[in-house]
This record gives sequence, structure tokens and C-alpha cells, in this order.
Amino acid sequence: MKKSKVMAGLMGLTLMAGLFTGCSSNNNAENETANNKGNAGTNTEATAAPEGDAAKDIKGEITVITQRTDIVDTVFKDYAAKFNEKYPDVKVNFEALSSYEDQIKIRMSTDDYGDVLLLPTSVAIKDLPDFFEPLGQMSDLEQKYTGLEERSVDGVSYGVPITVNFSGVIYNKQVFKDAGITETPRTMDQFMTALQSIKDKTEAVPLYTNYAAGWTLTQWEADLATVAGNRDYVNIAQVASDDNFVKGQPHYDLYKVLYDAAKNGLIEEDPTTTDWESSKADLANGKIGTMMLGSWAIGQIKGVATNPDDVGFMPFPTNAEKVLVPLSDDYNLGVSVHSKNKEAARAWLDWFINESGYPTTEGGGMSPVKGAELPEILKQFEGTEVTFDTLAPAKAGEEGWVDAIDKEAQIGLWQPDFKKVIIEAAIGNRKDSYDDIMKDLNDKWKEARAKVTAAK
Amino acid sequence: MPKLSNLSYKNQRILIIFLFSLVPLLLLLTFSYLPVFKMFQYSFTSWDGLSKKMEYVGLENYKTIFTKPEYFSVFKVSLYYFFATFVQMGLALYFATILSFNVRMKNWFKGILFFPTLLNGVAIGFIFLFFFKPEGTLNTLLDLLGLGAWQQKWLLNPHLINISLAFASVWRYMGMNFIIFLGAISSIGSDIYEASEIDGANRWHQFRHIIIPSIKRILQLNLILAVSGAIGVFEIPYVMTGGSNGSSTFVIQTVDVAFKYSKLGLASAMAVLLLGIVILVTILQRVLIKEEK
Repeated sequence: MKKSKVMAGLMGLTLMAGLFTGCSSNNNAENETANNKGNAGTNTEATAAPEGDAAKDIKGEITVITQRTDIVDTVFKDYAAKFNEKYPDVKVNFEALSSYEDQIKIRMSTDDYGDVLLLPTSVAIKDLPDFFEPLGQMSDLEQKYTGLEERSVDGVSYGVPITVNFSGVIYNKQVFKDAGITETPRTMDQFMTALQSIKDKTEAVPLYTNYAAGWTLTQWEADLATVAGNRDYVNIAQVASDDNFVKGQPHYDLYKVLYDAAKNGLIEEDPTTTDWESSKADLANGKIGTMMLGSWAIGQIKGVATNPDDVGFMPFPTNAEKVLVPLSDDYNLGVSVHSKNKEAARAWLDWFINESGYPTTEGGGMSPVKGAELPEILKQFEGTEVTFDTLAPAKAGEEGWVDAIDKEAQIGLWQPDFKKVIIEAAIGNRKDSYDDIMKDLNDKWKEARAKVTAAK
Repeated sequence: MPKLSNLSYKNQRILIIFLFSLVPLLLLLTFSYLPVFKMFQYSFTSWDGLSKKMEYVGLENYKTIFTKPEYFSVFKVSLYYFFATFVQMGLALYFATILSFNVRMKNWFKGILFFPTLLNGVAIGFIFLFFFKPEGTLNTLLDLLGLGAWQQKWLLNPHLINISLAFASVWRYMGMNFIIFLGAISSIGSDIYEASEIDGANRWHQFRHIIIPSIKRILQLNLILAVSGAIGVFEIPYVMTGGSNGSSTFVIQTVDVAFKYSKLGLASAMAVLLLGIVILVTILQRVLIKEEK
């Protein structure tokens, strides 16, 4: 999930243009939908990877689209070479998109969007069968992989996560030591005390928000399950409640941490001009105490540290009984329905997830393959009260509701907007109090929830 | 086989004119009129921008916009850019007038003033982001000049952020206004100046009674462009702040609705509305300015 804000403005413009040009293909869309619906239920074997010697029979040229512009010409070239040892007749081409989500969305309104690609998160889950080849029944694939539930429709899987992330607080151990914090804080009060002592005793910024980059603020949302202390909360309990943002609910508590930190001057001096790239180095080298991020960032931060051992990970503070670190999908890898070499594409997908080593090395998280070993940084938690678990999938018939309500209400759980508003209010740029903001969000939630649940 | 030379000269001309204009017309239709037409179409649907199903919702989107004040409140921000427009035109006119007379290093100054127009808007956003940082160019400069007390957090302060952004906007677009004014002023014959000098006119008199009346049309045109520009501000605040801290404009909001919340139908309705407002303002301006005469 290496994102960058570079070219964001231009993208907006090209998006506009792109959408308009791409839309003429809608005329025959209806028919296609009908066909694909037929596929989804029955034809799940179509792209299954063959066993043993059959590998030699797979031929063709495939295009793999990736978001990793940084390693597409190096690491991915090596992957292709290794892949060809097993499948000598498949030619693999790569295409890297710098602003993956935005660019692929435009291309997906045409038929030409590569053979193997990442499932954009902005595609509504129920529309996935229109764009991606079914990979198999979820009940079968589940034996082998974790994290399938997020991109499955009616029991059929359309993607396998390229890596499984865990989210929490990334902190600098040396800063904690200098501030006299001996034990990593577990509860929210302990956490706030820790931040305060970093401010009092060191030069470091206690909590860096990365406000300007924006998307970094969305990382907070991933910690919701930790605050709730319950793997059922996000997809099940949340959609069943009208009171999602009231006092005492996980969302309220989660962002109260952000608000309080900003209010007490425990964040950077001028949030509006923060810089994501340099913040990584600053955390690595002790100018920043903590940042809320996912496991994917650990590798990047260690990469710029003079002493990589200083970079630590801890679960988000919680007042819940159990400390639960949620495991969540990174992008999922899938096969385009328009691919001309679906067998070869599927072979790449399986090879990439199982044999390339990408999920743990370059992806920086855990492998989605069941039974794979824990990454090094998590071994410290073995035998502690900290548990790692995936989120419970939504109830049958309620898939994608969180997303649907969120979009309808324009709350933006996974958008930076209301997090920015919280920071602005906390530093006194806005008149609304924290409770005002939460009330507004809750009103929107309630209204949209009524609409979404009534429609389904 | 039909040959071009078999046709009469007149028909050849018609054919060639037709063929040559076909290309630009086709481009115009494909990239301007068709999208606008589609936009109108989308504005009556609840399409999410990608799904293969499009649901017709009638005037629902327009109703949403008009019943929720939050969609219109952002037009307040446009006022900053509207006032900045006059600063921009004033400066452009001032420089154009000065540089139309004989000045040392005239071309060099012209180049300097026009240069920002050549830069990409995104690049300008990044330049000014650095410029306004707490330890950035502007504050360093103030410090050097002994005005350290004037240092500000330009993008953090809610009273300053839009002024700062509007300033960047002025810097970016002034060159264009300037070059248009310069062109208009250059078209005034030198004999008129000479005659006025014989009559004892000074530079101010010349500006007031020769230059201004001669470029009135251009002045109007620039004003219309600048005002519709102020309504449709996008790149600079989008790149620099992403619309946060109270700097969001109507276009940023539209883009957010379309791409963050996947409500392309609603966003199209907003775009249609913006188009309507710009057309209205333009007509209004023309009517009002005409009456003045």
C-alpha cells in the first residue's frame, strides 16, 4: 500500500477526462453482466491451476499490473525469471501504476486492464464478478488461505490478498526509553501519559499525524477492532447499530485519542505541512515518538533507520479486556475476466502468493497462506495476552454494508476528511467540539443506515 | 477513378475546407460536447462510476444538492479568489503598462512575469507548499528582512490559509493576464502617444485616457475569464491542502464526491450546476457592463 500524493491534482483532472472517454462501453454492459452472473456460480474450475507436469503445457503472454513502481524493474524481473523456470512458455510483462487505485479504475471501464491485477478497493464488492474471474469456492480456498472473506461474493472468491497486514502503533524504542517509559502502554490513559512524557522529557514529536498526506490518517480506522476488542465489531456489530459514533462506542474512543493528543499539543507543530517521506526517517531516527500505521510501513521505516532495532510495533491502546490486533487484507490479487490466457494468469497468481515470497519480504506483512510463519517483529508477542485475528466477515446478505452505508453517508471511514476535521477542531481552527463532530457523523450514519438496510 | 483535379476549383476548395475542419470538429465533439452530454445524462442517475448498472433517479441528485447547505457553503472560499482576481488584474495591468514603454531589460522582465504560466499547476502547488512551511522560504525571507515578528504558519491559520492559497493562484495566473494586456496595449499606435505628449500629457494621463479606453474589450474579457476561474478554482488548493482546513472549493468537493464516495451521479449534477453558474455569471457580467456604456 505504498501510496503517494504526487500528481494527485493531475490525477483528478485525468480522471475526469478518462471517465468520460471510457463510458461509451456501457451499451453492451447489460449483456455482459448477465453472462458473468452465470459464470460466478458454476464455472469456478475454469482457471484452476493444473498440477505437476501440466505446468509445461501452459503457454501465452500475460500482463501483470502492480502498484509497486519502486521494485517493478528489479524484484519483479527476478520473480518473472523464477516463474519461468517452472512455466517456461509463459511470457510475463509488468506494468506499474504510480497511483494505482485511480488509474486502474479508469482502465477498468475498458476491456484492457491486464491479465493479473489487484482488485481496486473502490469497486463495489457485488460488482466484482463483472470484472474478475472466479478463483474458486471460498469454502475450498479457505483451507489454504486467510483473508478471503473481504473480496468474496456469494461464497465465490475473486482475489487472494498479496499480504496480510496488521495495524497498530509504530514507535521508536529509544524515544520511549529517553522518556522513561519502561513498559509499552496498554490502555488509552497509559498511552496519553506516555505521549505527555515524551513531550516533557525529549525533543521528539510524541505523535506524528501526517495530516497533510491525508491517507496516512485513514490508518487509524484499521485499529477500530483493537479498541472494540472484538473481531465481530467491524462487520457485524457496527452495521447493526444506529449509534456508531456516540460516547462509549469504539469509534468515539478511537478518535478521542487523536483529538486529545492534538488538543494537548502532543502532535507536530504545523500539521498542514507535514511530509510523509521525511516522517519515516524522523521516526526511525528518534525525532518522532509514535505513528499509527500498518505493518507494511515497518520495512520502509527500518530501511531508512540508522539503528533498525529502534523501530518497534505495539497494539493500539485499548480499554477492552482483550488486546486484539486485527489482521486485514492488503490489496487482493485477481484475474481479469477479459484475459486471453487465463490459465497462465492463474498460474502466476498462485505462484506469486505461494512461492515468490512477496507477502513477507516486499509486502512486509504476513503470508495469506495458512500455517505460514509469523514475521520477526511479532515474535515478541508470542505467549502474551496479545492475539492476532482476522475480522469476522459480515453476516450473509449483509456483505458490503459498512462500505455502502459509509459511501451513502459520505462519512469516509477510510478517507482522511473527518480525521482532519478532528485535528482542526482540536488545535482550535474550528469551533465545533469533539462531541459536535461525532454527533454529526452519527446523524449521517443513522440516516444512511436506514436507507441501505431498507434497500436490501 | 475519381481524381481531385476532376472537380471544379470551387468544389475542390469546399472539399478541402471540409476535410480540414473535420479533424478539429471531431476532436471537439469527442472531448467537449459528448462528455458534457454524458454528464447531463449521469446527473440523473445514481451511478457509482464503475458498476455496469445505472439506475435512473430523476431529479434526486439535484434535490440533494439544494437541500443540503453543506454543498453550497464552500462557495464562500471562492470569494477569496474573487477578490484576488482584482489584485491579479491590477498587477497585470500595471506591469503591462510599464513594460509597454521603453524600460531597460524589458524582455527579461516580460520573461520573468510570464514564466509561472508555463509551469505545471501541480509543480506550482509543491513549490508553494514549501514556500509556506513554518521553516520554509517565506518565513526565512521575513527573518532575513528583520521582519521575524511577522512569521506565520500560513497554511495552519484558518484566517490566512485561503489568502495564502489565493496568493499562489495570483502568482500563477497573472502572467497570462499580463501577456494579453501587453498584446492589447502594443496594438495602440505610437502616433497617438506622440500626439498626446505634444499636448503635454504625462504617463498617467496616457494610461487613463489612451490605454484604458483602447483595451476596454480585453479588460472585460479578462474579467469574465477571471471570475469564472474564481468559481472553478481547483488545482492549487487540491495539490497543496487537498481541501482541508477550510480551503475546499466547489470543484474539489465535486471531485471528492465522485471519487472518494463513488457518487458519480451526484457529482455530475454538481458539475452541471457549476456550469450553469458560470454561464449565468458570464451573461450577467456582459449585460451589466453593456448598460454602463
